[in-house]
Amino acid sequence: MAKYLLLKHYRGDHAIAKDDLAPMDQWTPEEVTAHIAFMRLVADELRERGEFVDEQALSPEGTFVRYDGEGRPPVTDGPFAETKDLIAGWMVIDVDSQERAYEAAARLSSAPGPGGRPIHEWIEVRPFYGEPPVVTE
Amino acid sequence: MTEGPGLGELLRDLTPQVLGILVRRGADFAAAEDAVQEALIEALEHWPADRPETWPTSPRGWLVTVAGRKLIDAQRSAYARERRELRVHLEPEPGPSEQADDTLLLLSRCCHPALTPASAIALTLRAVGGLTTAQIAQAFLVPEPTMAQRISRAKRTVSGERFDRPGEVGAVLRVLYLIFNEGFSGTVDLAEEAIRLTRQLAGATDDPEVDGLLALMLLHHARRRARRTSTGVVVPLAEQDRSLWDTAMISEGVAVLQAALARDALGEYQAQAAIAALHDDAASAEETDWPQVLEWYDELLRLAPSPVVALNRAVAVGEVDGPLAGLRQVEGLPADLPRRDAVAAWLHERAGDRAEAARLYRLAAERASNVAERDHLTRQASRLHAGG
Repeated sequence: MAKYLLLKHYRGDHAIAKDDLAPMDQWTPEEVTAHIAFMRLVADELRERGEFVDEQALSPEGTFVRYDGEGRPPVTDGPFAETKDLIAGWMVIDVDSQERAYEAAARLSSAPGPGGRPIHEWIEVRPFYGEPPVVTE
Repeated sequence: MTEGPGLGELLRDLTPQVLGILVRRGADFAAAEDAVQEALIEALEHWPADRPETWPTSPRGWLVTVAGRKLIDAQRSAYARERRELRVHLEPEPGPSEQADDTLLLLSRCCHPALTPASAIALTLRAVGGLTTAQIAQAFLVPEPTMAQRISRAKRTVSGERFDRPGEVGAVLRVLYLIFNEGFSGTVDLAEEAIRLTRQLAGATDDPEVDGLLALMLLHHARRRARRTSTGVVVPLAEQDRSLWDTAMISEGVAVLQAALARDALGEYQAQAAIAALHDDAASAEETDWPQVLEWYDELLRLAPSPVVALNRAVAVGEVDGPLAGLRQVEGLPADLPRRDAVAAWLHERAGDRAEAARLYRLAAERASNVAERDHLTRQASRLHAGG
């Protein structure tokens, strides 16, 4: 009964995966299709279990923006697609326990890559802040 | 106009009763729930909300009959033989003495040990509370299809087995207490819903622990207006404006508790309610009867030992025997226990060690599980840092 954010990271050098994977655009079309189908399957499984809340994919291009004083346009910097740790997308689940959240993240991480082998990607799991309980004393 | 409940309220109260009757008579849980929903729709179509005098003399009997017919209709094609048996089962209308069993039976089924807490809560609110799937989804901030799935999975889980005797009351009380503790979010006040359900159960059963839980909820809920400022900032018990407490609700809670205690079958909910009553009874934080609170914590620790109870007991020890005695109690508790650092911080501040208190408040803020608590603890740390 707690919500968790599952963050899918990717880096230019793919150091986040267990093996040194080729970028996705160098996989075969079948491998790409299988990977995407698996992601959809996992989301459907979570829906069927009553645990799915939301998911979104993010563009790899991010820009850093900063306030630069009254009446001045914001300062922008980036994008840093080549060097920075980027977030490819996120999913929110609502599950009974932390163990279950880890299990769901591991399932996502088992997505197939080149040759149909699991890519062992790291998924960051972050708990949401909940509502304060009524009874505390 | 006229006295008595409105149509919506009446139907909500009758829903679990009708469902309970069908289930006890052997109907499949999921099918019975669908049939009751259809009967409710028919009632809404046929009973003019503004003219109660035209409603059936026995609304419950009407609903049982219509829901029974719906159930038969649904099963007609597939189970022609069962249909005849069901028709026999559903006649005649049950007498009032069976209602108690039905309420407990239905709650036991919704709080079945095979269900996860999240599923049990969803099913209870749906089948017994009569909330819509959309309302439950909103209360738990999940999409409606997600909640619909959760509920239908829960129904499937409990559907297989025959169920003609109520299960353990303890499992039901745990789920009701969880619902209460979800508190308020969305358009439905789950704390009030939990009180309503517990009240129904208390009216239908003869168990002092059910009354103990009802008292506990009332005694906590009575303080709800004082618990947050208008901007949502958490106000600790000791700093609450006690004039905001609901005195009528406190009196009711105390009366329910006293009647339960008089029956001499103490349980953990009664003990917790007794502690809540001692807090509610004090005109100011300073007047809290801490020695008695501590005695009840000793009792609670004996009835339901847990690190959380031990931590709360340490607060009472700190009040009665001084902060160093309280800290000695905290030291023996697991380091990852929620709120352990916050309690230790408070005791260190009492003992005069402001630096250690500030450090622990900061640590507690980092480990808080909700924003309100995090902000409160951060403010405590910064107050000590600023020398306030």
